[in-house]
Amino acid sequence: MLVLDNIHTHYGKIEALHGVSVEIKKGEIVSLIGANGAGKTTMLMTVCGTPQASAGRITFQGRDITHQPTASIMRSGIAIVPEGRRVFPGLTVTENLHMGGFFNTKAEISKSQAHVFELFPRLKEREDQRAGTMSGGEQQMLAIGRALMSKPQMIILDEPSLGLAPLVIKQIFEIIGQLRDEGITVFLVEQNANQALALADRGYVLETGKIRLHDTGKNLLANPEVRKAYLGG
Amino acid sequence: MMAAQNVKHALFCAIITLVISYPILGLKLEAAGIRVVLTGADASTLVAIVAAAVAVFVFQLFRDTIFKGLGRLPSFSPLANREPMSQEKRARVESIALILLLMAALTWPFFASRGSVDLATLVLIYVMLALGLNVVVGLAGLLDLGYVAFYAVGAYTFALLHQYFDFTFWQALFVGSGLAAFTGMLLGFPVLRLRGDYLAIVTLGFGEIIRILLNNWTQLTGGPNGIGGIPDPTLFGMEFGRRVKEEGNISFHEFFNIPYDSNHKIIFLYLIALVLATFTALVIRRFMKMPVGRAWEALREDEIAARSLGLNRTSIKLSAFTIGAFFAGFAGTVFASKQGFISPESFVFLESAIILAIVVLGGMGSQLGVILAAIAVTILPELAREFSEYRMLIFGAAMVTMMVWRPQGLMPVRRIPIKLKKAE
Repeated sequence: MLVLDNIHTHYGKIEALHGVSVEIKKGEIVSLIGANGAGKTTMLMTVCGTPQASAGRITFQGRDITHQPTASIMRSGIAIVPEGRRVFPGLTVTENLHMGGFFNTKAEISKSQAHVFELFPRLKEREDQRAGTMSGGEQQMLAIGRALMSKPQMIILDEPSLGLAPLVIKQIFEIIGQLRDEGITVFLVEQNANQALALADRGYVLETGKIRLHDTGKNLLANPEVRKAYLGG
Repeated sequence: MMAAQNVKHALFCAIITLVISYPILGLKLEAAGIRVVLTGADASTLVAIVAAAVAVFVFQLFRDTIFKGLGRLPSFSPLANREPMSQEKRARVESIALILLLMAALTWPFFASRGSVDLATLVLIYVMLALGLNVVVGLAGLLDLGYVAFYAVGAYTFALLHQYFDFTFWQALFVGSGLAAFTGMLLGFPVLRLRGDYLAIVTLGFGEIIRILLNNWTQLTGGPNGIGGIPDPTLFGMEFGRRVKEEGNISFHEFFNIPYDSNHKIIFLYLIALVLATFTALVIRRFMKMPVGRAWEALREDEIAARSLGLNRTSIKLSAFTIGAFFAGFAGTVFASKQGFISPESFVFLESAIILAIVVLGGMGSQLGVILAAIAVTILPELAREFSEYRMLIFGAAMVTMMVWRPQGLMPVRRIPIKLKKAE
């Protein structure tokens, strides 16, 4: 579904990604793990077109999106839940959700909204509350809900567990599994390697701008190298 | 420890009071023949300054105690413990209040003095400007310090088109605001990537460029001498002067066979400004409810998140700049017509600052708040006129008090929950 082929990305003169190739198939959960500064977020940003790749090719559903502007990539069926949630703090929960469905018709919006409230009953309770006044976990739910509003075929999650309580993380990961069951392809970028790999069909390990390992989630969890570097032995 | 800090702080405040008030109140420039002599003030003024410093010192020293005491007093306001109104009720009350306000504004000039109607026209010009800037700053969150440039474009378009091509007010109104909108879009392009402080500096520079251009392009604009003889608006070709200036026109008092009254012109201009300001408010209100209005707000809240949802940063920012500038052009045309004479003097940075102050005072993004603030900010310096040289001091003090008392603005914007019908 999403194919990154030998992607190089530069920030000015500094190369952050040195030829990364990743493939995500329809209906999968694929996890990308890596340490701080490995280039995980850069890789996601490159998929979204900011910054654009300096070499290589990205295709989504067979269409070349390497040099497309961000706005048109984000309207083509990919949705991203950005790192650090980034909900609109001054807007209410409902308004945040409506921004997610900006390019859809009213009927579609109310349908997706009902669906999001089903996935996250907590958001329904808070529908008229300003997003900035909610807890971190609720904001993360809202960020995921907002991304789902555009009815994407694929959802990219950048560190959804960042700064959340273990109980909330468990809940979020359950929802991610549920999304896959609904037929949405999930690309999960995490530092929380244990849970991310347990959930994933396949996983990639990114190290200093290169893909180091690539295997099924189970195998990676069992891999002594991965255990040592990311799972604490 | 706490007390020592309080004493230090109080002493500092008292010294500041002395430093500020002595040169302003305690020194006088007097003309002695052809020379200007600096003389000290009399003893009573000096005593007053020292007394003020002592008062500040004592207040700052016992500030905590005083505020604690105030907090314990029962609230005098009978409204303090009232339950907030429900959303629907509040919206209804607000629209009734707006309609009453509009009715009063329509009938009021026929009973008021000439001077106050003239001032009210100025207020309405500022309402238009502030509503326009509210789109850029309040809704889209783009800090624009050169807004006065678009105001100048509107005013000068009318003046120049009249001078060279004999355009009337009504023709120039739309050409002027259209041109202002176009200038807004032109400015929009280079600043698309800028945010916050950087954007403010670039727009500030742009405002100055326009003013300096008008000042120095003497052949076209008359430079610092300005352009005069700008005509008043006409009503379906009827003029409001005693004698008809243009051939083919008739004058208002002859047509209706009433005695000539110079007030007619003032009232007519006021009514035009009122109609245009209402139009501005309604159009922008409409925009706020449209998707583009929500996109402005989303971009203000979080640009990265807005882009991640597929919103196009370029078109959203440009639309905010363009629409804001369009209404500045509106205001500029009315201003040129009201004054009959314009020069670059009227479009200095202070104007931008005042318009921005109105938006901030009113509560960013809130239309009713901005309108109230425009009225307050324009009328306050006039009311304080009897304090002569201290009036700007009073104006400044009022602004500071206001921002300390209500940092969110007079009427901060409320979030009206959007309700959708249930999906079938």
